[in-house]
Amino acid sequence: MIEVSNLTKRYAGRTAVDNISFTVARGEIVGLLGPNGAGKSTTMRVLSGFMPATRGTVKVAGFDVFHDADEARRRIGYMPENNPLYPEMRVREYLKFRARLKGLGWRQSRARVTTVMEQCGLTDVGRRVIGQLSKGYKQRVGLADALVHEPDLIILDEPTIGLDPQQIRSVRELIKGLAGKHTVLISTHILPEAEMMCNRMLIMFDGRVLAADTPENLHRRMAGSSQIIAEIAAPAEALRMAWEHLPEVEQFDVSAGEGEYFRCALTPREGVDLRPVIFNLARENGWALRELTRRRHSLEDIYIQVTKPDVEAVE
Amino acid sequence: MRVFWTLLRRELSAFFFSLTGYVIIAAVTLIIGYNFVVFVQKLGSDPTAMPLTEMFYNSFYFWLILLLITPVITMRLFALEKATGTFETLMTTPVGDVQVVAAKFSAAVIFYMIAWLPLLACMAIIQHFARQNSVLDAGTVGGMYAGILLTGSLFISLGCFASSLTRNQMTAAMISFALGVSLFSLGFLATGRPADADWQSQMLAGFNLFEQMHNFARGVVDTQTVIFFVSLTFLFLFLTVRVVESRRWK
Repeated sequence: MIEVSNLTKRYAGRTAVDNISFTVARGEIVGLLGPNGAGKSTTMRVLSGFMPATRGTVKVAGFDVFHDADEARRRIGYMPENNPLYPEMRVREYLKFRARLKGLGWRQSRARVTTVMEQCGLTDVGRRVIGQLSKGYKQRVGLADALVHEPDLIILDEPTIGLDPQQIRSVRELIKGLAGKHTVLISTHILPEAEMMCNRMLIMFDGRVLAADTPENLHRRMAGSSQIIAEIAAPAEALRMAWEHLPEVEQFDVSAGEGEYFRCALTPREGVDLRPVIFNLARENGWALRELTRRRHSLEDIYIQVTKPDVEAVE
Repeated sequence: MRVFWTLLRRELSAFFFSLTGYVIIAAVTLIIGYNFVVFVQKLGSDPTAMPLTEMFYNSFYFWLILLLITPVITMRLFALEKATGTFETLMTTPVGDVQVVAAKFSAAVIFYMIAWLPLLACMAIIQHFARQNSVLDAGTVGGMYAGILLTGSLFISLGCFASSLTRNQMTAAMISFALGVSLFSLGFLATGRPADADWQSQMLAGFNLFEQMHNFARGVVDTQTVIFFVSLTFLFLFLTVRVVESRRWK
């Protein structure tokens, strides 16, 4: 569905996207993950045909987004960052206007607008002015706009940013519902969100794609180094001794917690699950164990992890 | 073409959805009305041989409207869309740059002409009280409106160009005001010189909007003038299209 080869985008003096290549198959939901400034939005802008690439080619459904711009655009539904809308228009009127712009006929656009409004839960607010809607509803209007011409590919730039948890959940449900029928490319900097929605994740950093894999595989790559937090009621010295003698623990840190509890942050050796080991240790010594958690990876950890081989290679 | 009409409708309705549209119309009506009062007072004191339309135009009020109102009408066109980001959603639909520019320009011109409608009412009042059919004839009124349309189109194309350059509406208004005033005052450079002295003077005389509008107000529609206005308008529209396209090669 999407074929990106050797895409480079340079703004005056700054390379935003540096020679990236990837493909997305029909029906996939792919997450573009990265911190702010990693080049996600730029990549999406090039894909949507808003800006041309400095170098490289981008094809959507076999059409070059620059040379066959109109054909490609008919097949793309794009929602830019911050979801810009015309605040003075009414929801239904806006969607109809967009449908007409995208080349739908009068009758057809009416039917499609009704369909997408139902799909996105906008039927009750059709006559409301967009500027007066809540952010969650505005986001749905943006989504409905991206869907209105039944595009093969839907590109959503940070679709859940700035929403409250309830709204985030409903937008996520909506996006999940698109799977199969449409190919979806989403950008986000929230890792759990990407894990929840996507079949595949592309991790971008500093204009490059560092890793492209399924969430499970990325997790597996990461699991080896995930930190375990344990709160145990025992003398600090005894704890330190115990960790030092455990071959599975690579690094540890013991700090005072509440009362007689001590908080231990433990880094295991590659691929080892420390939790049963800690439980057994506590049981054998008769220590009270009140918390045992595996710290979830923040995106930052993943970047560090994924960039690591490069650093080692340089050294 | 269908896309053009859709865009045109939206652009035109945007003027009436926001308060700015009504403020502009109110301001133009006020200036026209003020002009009308001054004009009636003058007419009451001494007789004149001038056509009425010429008298209407002969005050500075006309230029006030042209120079001040057109930047306000056009400043929103591209700058606002760029500032809010809707320019991106607009340009990623299968519409051409030319269509977008043409629709925005046409909407602004139509709105500008709507704002000028109260002038017709003023003329009708005069006609009514003069009780003479010869006071105003269709030729002079038509000529005058042709002049308003042509000068207006030129200044609106300037405004479109200015608005496409920036994402700040105020900056857009200032640029188009500066361009408009420079174009307007260019003609006055020629006034000191004899008209047929050298090619510089002749060219400057060609830019004398004041003189050209004078002809329109007398009901004289000169092809040379029409071509002058139309080609300058197209020049600035062409430049606007180039600026809109420029994101492709920037």
